[in-house]
Amino acid sequence: MAPTAMPEPLLRASPILECCDIAFERDFVPIFSGLSFALRRGEMLQVSGANGAGKTTLLRMLATSLTPSTGQILWRGECLERCRAAYRSDLIYLGHQAGIKAELTPRENLHWLLPFHPNASGSAEEALSAVGLSGLEDSPCVTLSAGQQRRVALARLHLSTATLWILDEPFTAIDRDGVSRLEQLMRAHTSRGGVVILTTHQPLGLDGVRLLEMEPYVCA
Amino acid sequence: MSAPDVVPTLATGRAFRALLARDLTLAFRHRGEMANPLIFFVMVATLIPLGVTPESRQLAVLAPGVIWVMALLASLLSAESLFLADYRDGTLEQLVLSPQPLWLMVLAKITVHWLVTGLPLTLLSPLLGIMLSLPAAGFGPLMVSLALGTAALSMIGAIGAALTVAISRGGLLLSLIVMPLYMPVLIFGASAVQLAVDGMSPAGNLAVLGALLAFSCLLSPFATAGALRVSLHG
Amino acid sequence: MARTRPIMPAWFHRLGSPKGFYSMTTPWLPWLAAASLVLLIGGAVWGLGFAPADAKQGNSFRIIYIHVPSAFLALAGYYVMAVAGAIGLIWRMKLSFMAMKAAAPLGAALTLISLVTGALWGKPTWGTYWVWDARITSMLVLFFLYLGVIALHYAYTNGEAAGKAAAVLALVGTANIPIIYKSVDWWYTLHQPATIKLTEAPSMHPSMFQPLLVMIAGFYCLYALVLILNIRAEILHRERSSHWVVELARRGRS
Repeated sequence: MAPTAMPEPLLRASPILECCDIAFERDFVPIFSGLSFALRRGEMLQVSGANGAGKTTLLRMLATSLTPSTGQILWRGECLERCRAAYRSDLIYLGHQAGIKAELTPRENLHWLLPFHPNASGSAEEALSAVGLSGLEDSPCVTLSAGQQRRVALARLHLSTATLWILDEPFTAIDRDGVSRLEQLMRAHTSRGGVVILTTHQPLGLDGVRLLEMEPYVCA
Repeated sequence: MSAPDVVPTLATGRAFRALLARDLTLAFRHRGEMANPLIFFVMVATLIPLGVTPESRQLAVLAPGVIWVMALLASLLSAESLFLADYRDGTLEQLVLSPQPLWLMVLAKITVHWLVTGLPLTLLSPLLGIMLSLPAAGFGPLMVSLALGTAALSMIGAIGAALTVAISRGGLLLSLIVMPLYMPVLIFGASAVQLAVDGMSPAGNLAVLGALLAFSCLLSPFATAGALRVSLHG
Repeated sequence: MARTRPIMPAWFHRLGSPKGFYSMTTPWLPWLAAASLVLLIGGAVWGLGFAPADAKQGNSFRIIYIHVPSAFLALAGYYVMAVAGAIGLIWRMKLSFMAMKAAAPLGAALTLISLVTGALWGKPTWGTYWVWDARITSMLVLFFLYLGVIALHYAYTNGEAAGKAAAVLALVGTANIPIIYKSVDWWYTLHQPATIKLTEAPSMHPSMFQPLLVMIAGFYCLYALVLILNIRAEILHRERSSHWVVELARRGRS
C-alpha cells in the first residue's frame, strides 16, 4: 500500500522523536530522571552539561544501546519497543570510540559497514574525499592518526541516508578545517529534514541549535 | 528520506555475508595470532610423553582422551578473542545497534571463529595422533569428532566470551564458567575415538555429538546476543 | 514502559518490593528456625542413633542422612537460583536478583557438603576418599557450575549488570544440567561396565527411609531459613541509604 504523502508543512510540524519522562539508573543509582523533549525534522539538539551529568548515557540510550528505567521514547509517533528495527535502520550513532577496525583500510571499513545501512548511497571515494582523506583510502587505518581515524567514522555520515544522527563528541581530534566541514555537513543534513543530536565541549559555529542542559543527579 | 513512512529493508543476508567476509579478512591479517592455538596444541602434545611416559603402548591408551583434552584447551584459549577486539574499538557496540537481528550477526562471528580455530585444529589432529601413537582405527573418528566437537565448543565458548568481554582480564573467568559446559562434548568426543580404537562403532557417539552441536547452535546465538547486551549495558 | 512481558497479578509485584519482602518475612523466621531445629535434630537422632544398622555397610552408611538431603538441595538450589534469575530478567525485579545472589553461595556450600560427606562415606566403605563414579562426578560439575555463577557475579563492578549476567549464565547452566548428568552417567557406564554402583544408597528398609525423609524436610526448612536470612541481609545492604532501613537501624540501636 503506497504511503499517503503528508503535506510538507505538516510533516515538519509533528515531532519525529519524543522522549516522555525518561529516567535512567545505573546500578540502582539514578543518572537522570524526568527528562522530556520533542524534536522535529530539521532540528538540531546539543546536549550539554558537566562531566558525569549523563550526556553519553542519554545518547547511548537514544541509540538503543541502553534501555530507560522508566518513561517512553517515541519515534514517528510509535513506541520504540514496537518499531525498534525500523528506528535502528534510520539512525546512525558515532560514539567516543571510532567504531572502525584498525587493520582494515578506510575503503574496506566503509565497505563492510554499508550493508548495515541498507539504503546507503554514494561511493566510498566521494565520502572519504569529502572528509579530507582522499589519497589515504587504501592505507590500513592503523597507520592513520587518531584524527584521521575519526574522519573515517565521519565519512559514514556522507553515505548513510539515516534521518537521525546521534554524535557523541564528534569534533574530538578534528582540526579546524574538519570542524567547519562537519558543521556544514550537519547543517545540510538538517536542512534536508534530518535530525542531529550531539554533545560537544566546543562552541558550535551554528545557529538555531536547541540546547538541553543536564545537571548531575542529586538525591533529594 | 523523501518517503518517510517506508521502512527500509534490512538486507539481513547481505549484512551476514559482509560480517563473515570482514571477520575472515581480519583473521587473515592476523595470521600470526591465528597460529597460536595451533602451536599450543602441538606443543602440549609433547608434554605428555615428557611428563608421563614415552612408551608407545601406554601412549596409545591415553591418546584419544589426551588429544581431545588438548583440543579443548586450545579452543578455550581462543574463545576470548571472539569479541574482545570488537569491544575495544567500538565496533561491537555498532553491531549491537544495527537493525539486523543480533543473534544472526553473532552466528556469523562464531562461524568465522570455528573456521579459523576449530577447523585447523581438526586438520592438524592426525599429526598429534601420530605423535601419541594413536592406533590407525582412531584417526577417522578423531577428525570427525573434532570437526563436530570444536564447532560445539566454539558455540558454547561464545556465551562465556560475551559474558566476560567487559571484564578486565576476563580470560581466566571465561575458562571457569565455560568448562563445565564443555564437559559433555569432551565425554562424547573422546569416547567416540576410544570406541573406534577398541573396535566398536563410534557412530552412536558421533550422532550424540551432532545433537550437542545442534542444541548449542539453537541455544548459543540467543544466549550470546543477550549476554552481549548485558555486557554493553553495564 | 510498554514491554511485552506476561501480565502478573498485583500481589506478584507487591512481593517484588524489597521492603515488603523484609517486613513480610520477619514473622516467618522464628517458625522456620523452630521447624528446622526440630526436624534436623529429630531426624539426626533418629537416623544416626536409632535406625537399624545396614547389613553390608554397618554404621558408616548413616552419613547418607546428611549426604542425600544436601545433594538433593544442591541440585534443587540451582533451579531456585536459575528461576530467580529468570524472573529477574523477565520482570526486571530487583528482589529476584537478590534472591539469586543469595541462593548461589548457599547452593555451593550444600554441594560441597555433599561432596565431603560422600568422601567420608567412601573411606570406610571402599577404602578411598575419592572415587570417580557418576554421582560424585556430577556433583563436582554442579559445584563448578555454582562457582562459575558466583565468580561471574563478583567480577562485575556494576551490581545490576552482575545480576543479569549471572542470571544468563544460570539459565544456560540449567539447560545443560540434564545433558551433563546424562553424559556423566553414560561415561561412567562406559568405563565401569560392572553393575555395582558405588554410591548407590542401599535398598532401603522403611525404618531407614523414614528418618531420611525427616532429614530432607529439615534440610528444606533450613535452606528456606538461610536463604531468607541472606536475602534480608542483601536487602539491608542494598537499601542502606533508604529511610526505612535507617529507621530500623536506629530503633535497633535504642
